[in-house]
Order: sequence, then C-alpha cells, then structure tokens
Amino acid sequence: MTYETVIGLEVHLQLKTESKAFCGCSTDFGAPPNTQVCPVCLGFPGSLPVLNRQALILAAKVAISLNCQIAKLIRFDRKNYYYPDLPKAYQISQYSQPLSQHGCLPVLVDGKEKRIKITRVHLEEDTGKLFHQSSYSLIDFNRCGIPLLEIVSEPDINSPDEAYMYLRSLKSVLEYIDVSDCNMEEGSLRCDANISIRKAGSKELGVKTEIKNMNSFRAVKTALEYEEKRQIESLEKGERIAQETRLYDADSGITESMRSKEEAHDYRYFPEPDLVPFNFEDAFLKDIENRMPELPLARKKRLMAEYSISDYDARCIVGDKNMALYFEKCVSIYKKPKEIANWLMGDISAYIKEHDLTINDLDLKTEHFVGMLKMIDSGLISGKIAKSLLIDMIQTKKDPCALVKEKGLEQISDEGEIENIVKEVILENPKSVGDLKSGKENAIMFLVGKVMAKTKGKANPKKVNEMLRKKI
Amino acid sequence: MRELNTLTAHELIALLNIGDISPIDICKGVLDAIKNKDAKLNALVHFDENKVFERVNALAKKDGTKALWGIPIFIKDNICVRDELTTCSSKILDGFCPPYNATVIDKLSQNGAVLMGKTNMDEFAFGSSTETSCYGTTRNPWDLERIPGGSSGGAAACVAADEAIFALGSDTGGSIRQPASLCGVVGLKPTYGRVSRYGLIAFASSLDQIGPVTKDVEDAALLLKVISGHDSMDSTSVNKPVPDYPSLIKRDVKALKIGIPRQYFIEGLDAEVKDSMREAIKRIEDMGCVCEDMDLPHTEFAVSVYYLVATAEASSNLARFDGVQYGLRSKQAKSFIDMYKKTRQIGFGDEAKRRIILGTFALSSGYYDAYYLRALKVRTLIKRDFEDAFKKFDAIITPTSPTPAFRIGEKTQDPLTMYLSDIFTISANLAGIPGVSVPCGFTRDNLPIGLQILGSPFDEETILRIAYNYEQNTDWHKKRPKI
Amino acid sequence: MAITKDTVKYVANLARIELTEKELSHFTGQLDRILDYVHKLKTLDVARLEPTSHVLEMKNIYREDKVKQSLPPSEVMKNAPAKEKDLFKVQKIV
Repeated sequence: MTYETVIGLEVHLQLKTESKAFCGCSTDFGAPPNTQVCPVCLGFPGSLPVLNRQALILAAKVAISLNCQIAKLIRFDRKNYYYPDLPKAYQISQYSQPLSQHGCLPVLVDGKEKRIKITRVHLEEDTGKLFHQSSYSLIDFNRCGIPLLEIVSEPDINSPDEAYMYLRSLKSVLEYIDVSDCNMEEGSLRCDANISIRKAGSKELGVKTEIKNMNSFRAVKTALEYEEKRQIESLEKGERIAQETRLYDADSGITESMRSKEEAHDYRYFPEPDLVPFNFEDAFLKDIENRMPELPLARKKRLMAEYSISDYDARCIVGDKNMALYFEKCVSIYKKPKEIANWLMGDISAYIKEHDLTINDLDLKTEHFVGMLKMIDSGLISGKIAKSLLIDMIQTKKDPCALVKEKGLEQISDEGEIENIVKEVILENPKSVGDLKSGKENAIMFLVGKVMAKTKGKANPKKVNEMLRKKI
Repeated sequence: MRELNTLTAHELIALLNIGDISPIDICKGVLDAIKNKDAKLNALVHFDENKVFERVNALAKKDGTKALWGIPIFIKDNICVRDELTTCSSKILDGFCPPYNATVIDKLSQNGAVLMGKTNMDEFAFGSSTETSCYGTTRNPWDLERIPGGSSGGAAACVAADEAIFALGSDTGGSIRQPASLCGVVGLKPTYGRVSRYGLIAFASSLDQIGPVTKDVEDAALLLKVISGHDSMDSTSVNKPVPDYPSLIKRDVKALKIGIPRQYFIEGLDAEVKDSMREAIKRIEDMGCVCEDMDLPHTEFAVSVYYLVATAEASSNLARFDGVQYGLRSKQAKSFIDMYKKTRQIGFGDEAKRRIILGTFALSSGYYDAYYLRALKVRTLIKRDFEDAFKKFDAIITPTSPTPAFRIGEKTQDPLTMYLSDIFTISANLAGIPGVSVPCGFTRDNLPIGLQILGSPFDEETILRIAYNYEQNTDWHKKRPKI
Repeated sequence: MAITKDTVKYVANLARIELTEKELSHFTGQLDRILDYVHKLKTLDVARLEPTSHVLEMKNIYREDKVKQSLPPSEVMKNAPAKEKDLFKVQKIV
C-alpha cells in the first residue's frame, strides 16, 4: 500500500511596525512585563481600535510578493473565543473579506520547481503571553496587539522535506521585502501544520491532525516526519486517525495528543463594528509595488542577463536574498559566475542544509572562497581536495592558502610522482586493466579512483586519466 | 430668585458671566437638592461630595473658550472617568476605576464643566426602566412608584428633579430619548459618529451614541456642541465640522416639511399619548411647518432586528468581563474556565445573561445566516425607509414612547413586553440618524409625555430647531415634579 | 419551539456563563418567546439585500505608525483581582 502525505502549513508572522496594530504601544521585543500596554491593547472597557497604516502596507507587500490577489474591499471580523491571553475575548482578524487570496510560492524540491498555492494572507492581532507556574499562571500583555499576518498554504505539500523547503523559501521572500524579523526562536515567525495521509491516487483527503509547538524549521520537519510515520502505522493496523491537535515535544522528537477536552471552536465570526472597511486604491497599491525591493524573480532575470548563468542556477541563487548578494559580491572579485554558482548550489548549499544554517551564518569570506576557486583553476589543488578545504575554511575561518600549506594539500601534478602510482595501480588491478583494454570505459573511472585514493585525492585527475590511457 | 439647582445651564452661564454667582454657589445648590431628594430617587450611584468640592476649587480661571465653565454635570455610569468608579451598574465591574477618561469627559473638562458623579442605569444599558441595575431601580420623580425609563433612567430622573443641571447619557435603542420622555426632560441621540464613543463602555458598537439629557433644548444644543467632533481614537467618529448649534436653533422653522409616519400611530399607543401628539402636531403646524402623513414601511421589524443585532454585538462586547484584569472574580472557581463561568454567573444580572445568550445564539454556527445576517439585511430596509423619507421631508415626528411611565415591576416578568416599549426609538439607532425627545404634555395622572423628532444624518440642527421653536411655544418644559 | 433547553445550555457554555437549573428553565421559556417574535423577519425577502453592519459610508480610517506612551504598570495593574509583580495572575491554565 503506498500512501500520499498531504500537508498544509499555517504561518503567523509578526510584522515589523514601530507600534501595534490598533494602538500606539511599542512593539519592541523583551520589555519588562505589561510596560507596553494601554487601554486599547488591554481591551479595557470603552477602548476602541484604530488601524496602523504601516501594518496594512507591510501586509500588502507580502501579498504582492506571494503573487496573491489583493481584495478591492477588505474588512475586519471578530473571532470570538475565551483564553486568558486574549483580553477582549475576541481577536480582531479577517474572515469573510480578507486582505488577499489565491497566491503561490515557488519552492525548489529536489531540483524541480513546485508552486505551492497560498490560500490566503490576512491581517490580525497577536495575543498576550502566558507563563505557567506550578499552581497558577501569569499573563503579560506586551505582545498583545502586535500586527500578525496569517499565511495559509493549500494542502499542496507532500513531504516533511517539502514543508521545510517551503518555510525556507517563504522566509527568503519575506527577508527580501524586510517586513519581519522572521525569527522562530523569538516568536516573530510561528508555524502550525496540518497533516493527513491518503492512499496514493485517492482524491479524498484523509483525517488530518494539527501539529503545534514547533520552534524551528527543523522541528517542523522532524515533527511531520514523526507524525507521518505514526499515521501510516495506524492506518496499516486498520486504526482510525483521530482529528485532533497534537503538540510537538522537541526533547523527544514526538507529537503528543493534547489531553485537554477538545471542543470544536465556534468562533462566531462577524464584521468588526469598531473598524470601517478598507479599499485599496490602485494608486496606493502601485506605490507599494514601486517601492518593493528587487524581488527574486526580477533578480533572477537580471542575473541571467548579466552573468549568463542558467535559469536553474539563477533560480537557486535568488532563492535566498543573502545568497544572491554573496554571489554578486564573489563575481565582482572573480569573474567566473558559472563556477561560483556551481559551488554555491552544490557543496555550500548542501552544507547549509545539513547544518540548518544560512549563508550569512557560514561567515565564509568571499575572498577566501574565491581564493579557493583560483587555486583550483591554477591547478594548485584538485577539485576533490577543494571540497574538504571548503569545509575546513568554514569551520576554522582560516584562509585557504594557510590551510593548504598547513595540511599539505597541494595537488600532485608532478608527472614522475603520478607515474609511479599509476604503475602501482595498473599492477594491482589487472582485471580492470583488461576491461579497459577490451573497451569497457567504466574501468577508467575505477582506476582513476584507485590512483586518487593512493594520493589521498591530491593527484591531478586529468593527468591521471591521460597517463593511464597512455600506459594501457 | 429661583434656586440655582432649578435653573438651566444657559441661565447659570449668564449669571456667572455677570458675576452674580460663583461655581461654588451652583454646586452647593445641587448638593442640597441631592441631600433632599436622592434617597427617594436613587438616581445617583457613585457620588463623593468631597471630590466635587475639590474639583470646583481646582477649576481653572474662567475664560471665553470654556463654554461650560463652572456648570456641574452628571455622567451615566457607563462612561469612563479616570480613577472614578465606572461600573455600568453591574456587579461584574465592582470596584472598577478606569485609568483613563472617555473623550467626552476630556472635552467637558477642557470646557470647564464640573464632574459631579455617576448616574444609575440599567445594567450595561440593557433595559428600558433602570430596573436591571445592581444598585436597585431609580424612581420617576413624577411618581415614585413608577420607573423613570431606561437605560439612562438615573440621568433623566436627576435632571427632572433638579438634582442636576444636566447630564450625559447613552442611547443604543432609545436609552436617552425614552427616559427623557418619561421624566419630562429633553434627551438627544446624535447621529452615529457625531460624538466619540471612546471611553463609552460598549453595548452595541454600531448603535451606541453618547448624548445630552437636559432641562431644555438650548442646553441640549450647548452640550452637544461641546461633546461633538472627530476623535482620532474612534475609527467610527466622523470628521465633519461641528455647527454652532446654540445659535442655529433659534432660527425659525417656517415651511419645514415634517413627516408623520402612519406606522407609529398604532394599536397599543396610549390614548393620552395619541391626543398629546395630535395637539403637538397642530402647534407645530401653527409654527409654520407643513405636516404630512407618510410611511416608514419596515417599522414593525425594527424591534426584531434590534434584538438580534444589538444582542449579538453585546455578547461579544461583554465577553471580556471574565475576572482576569479587573472587576469581580469568583473565589469559588476550581480552574480558570470555572473562574470565567462562575464570575459571569454571579456578576451578571438576568437581563444581561438573557441578552448575551440571545446574541451568542444569533451568531452561532448554524444560526448565523437565519438570525444575525438576516437581521443585518432587514436593517438595510429600515435605513432605506429613512433615506427615502428624508428626500421629501426635513424631519419626522413621532411619539417617543407608546405609553407614559409604567409601574415598577409591571413589565419585568416578560422581557418581550419590556422590549416593545422601545418600538418608536429603535429605528433611529438602526439607521444611525439623530433623534430628540421633548416634553409635549402630561397625562391625567400628571405623567410626562414626550415628542420625538428625527432628522437626517448630521442634521441635528434642524431637529433641535424644531424642538426649540416648539418649546418656546409651549410651557411643558417649565413644569417640575414635586418630590 | 424556537429554542430548546439543550440549546440554551450549549449557548450559555459558549458564552462561558454557568446557569442554575432554575435559570435554565426560566430563560429557555423567555428566549423562546423572544425568538418566536423575531421570526417575523422570515416573512421578508432578503435575497438581494446587502447587510448593513456599518451605517456610515466611511472607509480607510487609520493612524500613522508612531509609538505613543503606554500606561505605567501601576495604572495597568491597579484593578487586578490577583497579580504577581507586574503580571496578572490566574488559576493554572495548563
């Protein structure tokens, strides 16, 4: 039985405004409790909200960059429910006429571009923060009222890895337009996931569970991997999946059912009477569009034109604003865009993904990286050696020349030295030699490999190849 | 010389201007009246004589910019006054002192008015008789066995009894106009958006307005001018210039076209009220107005629409009363959910519970379309009735209340009967138009009868002008109850 | 019946109000009568009508993104039924 995993992600993003969504309190992170509050965000009786224009502008920027259709007329609605971190017992949100719908985010999955559809992007306000002690709980309302953007994807995501890539792509777009700190640890970016399993080829969706309490992109991936496995195992046993909310536990890497009695929420949405509707005049939207920084797509086109790199390479590079900046900085000191792109898309991206970092986190000086490339070009080191040199540079922060000297990584190009080893390998591998003689081309790769192993990767592979062919 | 507490604000201002009296004199007059009468009336809820003297003594020097300098004013208990008890006559807000002023309070202070204290009301403005107050009902000064109307019953009673010079009330379905009518004073509900709602503890956000309760129309115009105007803290407050109401109302009303809606002269309209209205209409015609019968076809649906829309909004507005940040908190609770349920069990009175449940029901899944949404659509019809009417008429005149003041306890058993006493005032809130009630007669039992004048949006000037001219042609407003 | 006791109980729970048995019975009867009355709205054809949730035609009211002074914690906390330093205190939530 093959199964298909269906995932939808709901991201909440704190917008980088100076003041809150509906009042003038500061949005600064880390202030002492209940020092950034007023009657409005505290929901004191008699208080009224007034919308922060900048929140609307930032929200529109996100909607535009996610290719959404922005509504001509938008309204706010009250989402009614009770929780101590929600002082009015309703959240000002959007339900029937939200900011925008029907967008998409292109995500690179295994080298192929997949367009994950975005159902909607809408504006709402954040809640307060709870601190749980042993026998009581405490509430700080500083966070209450900070503008939040809710970005809901269609259930177009089909694996935990895709979910991870979606989040990374989303973050890169958001960083381009500078609307949020996008920091999961600080809570400026939060993610809940919905996941269900269905038989491959089935059109109906399976029962979904909602997963909460994931504090990093990696955690989202791990949680979904666990949940995917759990659901499949259940289905194989013939068990029913319960529609429920489950909390991810970072320490154990598992999801657990929330034991509290789950009542289906009836949010009783109705139009917020204290706020009037908004219409986006064309001029207003055009102005926002004009002020947007060069978005990934435009940057991609420009890079292709200026540096003659392929569509695929350009697309990969612009996926991360900082990656694109790094690329252009490298090219400005070393005019080999194709080579630079290859390394960025290859080994460097692999390292980044493996260690859940960003290009900036690597702190790999462009001079060092380019220095390494120059060494390859001059034949000083082999391409294979360069791969481990790269990792050394990242980890030790030393410059490549120092490292090469330190570890004696220079490529062996001396014909005499290579010849000796080639002779050894020929003697040790008569079968392969025979294969090569009889026309099996694969054998050469095997023999080259043997020579490289003996020289610890330092032999110049081209020369090795030539010499082997000459001798055989 | 008449006692100062029996004068109007504009009369007192004239005396203050010529230096015959001082603010302390006025305060003393009012305080004496309170001492003599309020034990019988129970119109005031939070009142501290010492604070009043402090405020009078702290009054800044008189200057031309302070339109209400030295005049005492009472405030309905759902309007926030910084550091003063503001409880909406509800147990659930027991002890609540807001850390901020409603915008109207700032405006009053900037204009030199002296804040006296808070007046009694139906709990959270839910009512037409002030009987749902947790402080006990206020009594009608004209007959202490009868209700003063509601929900601004305390405001209307204290003004009628000369315990106050004037007061601020709030009106969501008639809560200024109806008690004004039942107590023989003037009560105005401004156009929705004319006066800031910031600091008014919300009942129904799309219907509420703060307005004046006064002894005559000129005082209403004076007070309206001070409290009106755009407020950046209220997204629903309108940025329109505030006319000089006090001078504009004194122009004549010749040739104004006035509509008399057939739907307001129905079965259930008290015979004496009907007769009073007929007389009043004749008087208005004598003033030079042209009165004509007309239709507001969807009037019969107003109460139904109101009790779905207003209660829906109220159920959401009152959800915040949970014992977490202020007010009452149940000590019996075993968990935080229990805390909510028990706090709201003991904190809210019956009418509040009924309306919250009704409103929650109207919004709930499966019922939203049939109740709340349908009501909002019918509201469109009611609004259109007025839009069409005001294409032809300058104003509309109706009785304010179908009956004069009823007895305490008479309608408390059946909420629906109580709701129907709002039948003439509710439409104005649903359409957002202004309305004023002025005294237009008395029953054989010496109970006041009120006349309501409705106008098109932001045309308070016309309705006040008609009201003023009518008042000047009659003596009803000069009559006072003997307590 | 426009509304049953069970529905009233369910809705009261949604509204986080605990009702006594007496209140439940009493209110159910009263609410039923009220809802019966409002059923007259069903006689109207509302299919082509737009709902009026705002009587004003206003749109686009907002404020500039400027920080204003917040309330001092002493003012924020002074009405709190229970507190610990500058935090509101409630029964344990989780």
